Amino acid sequence: MSLRKLITLGGVSFFAAIGDVCLSRGMKDIGAVTFGNLGVLIHAVFSPWVAIGILFLIAFFTSYLSALSFADLTYVLPATSVSYIVMALLAKFYLHEQISWIRWSGILLIALGVGFIAKGPSITVAATPQGAIPDSVPSTSTRGEA
Amino acid sequence: MKHFYTWISIIAVVLFSTIGDVLISKAMKSVGDVAHVWRDYGTFYTIRRVLGNARLWLGIFFMALGFFSLLFALSWADVSLVGPASASLTFLTNAIAAKFFLHENVDRRRWMAALLVACGVVLIAG
Repeated sequence: MSLRKLITLGGVSFFAAIGDVCLSRGMKDIGAVTFGNLGVLIHAVFSPWVAIGILFLIAFFTSYLSALSFADLTYVLPATSVSYIVMALLAKFYLHEQISWIRWSGILLIALGVGFIAKGPSITVAATPQGAIPDSVPSTSTRGEA
Repeated sequence: MKHFYTWISIIAVVLFSTIGDVLISKAMKSVGDVAHVWRDYGTFYTIRRVLGNARLWLGIFFMALGFFSLLFALSWADVSLVGPASASLTFLTNAIAAKFFLHENVDRRRWMAALLVACGVVLIAG
């Protein structure tokens, strides 16, 4: 696994966690939205925390797409579940929430799952680039690396 | 009836997001490693190649359906049930779907990872 791929996978987890924390922070200021005041959602998009959260989620989606361009779905999903750990740690150190032993055991299980996947290959399917990439695609030579 | 609506909408979230993930994964495999495409053909071509993929948009459409089912589910049950239930089940359905539709080699290692993460998500939300 090259540094570039590690950074991409890290980016997926990190941007997802930060984006969600920003959105949650912003929506706490906005308050509950009901079907009676759906217009508040449009207003919410322009509030600073929600807007920052959306920017992070766009960064998340971009890095998610590039991760899926070089690794299996069953590799990317467990590998990026690190975001749940990042989110729990952000909740503890930034929002000063208490983390119960049940949550810590959840963090441990996720970390174990990530460890399991990290030992194996990141891609097991042959890429089938469609359309007009002329000549040979250099990417095929690095496929199958762990 | 409340239970019925809750679980039907959770199942809808799981199915729609799995279909979305599979389609997006398939789309990106047909694009090829974006870093290599970008290096060889430049930024504009890469963006056009990714955004010009019909499967990607179909995947995003199913993701949106999943999101609206999530909102629907949240109107029937608490986020503490809906969130972990849908997230952890999606890890498992994705492993099944990736095996059959993406032909990924979902070996024992990947099953263990999916199971551990699914259980971990339930605990971390508890």
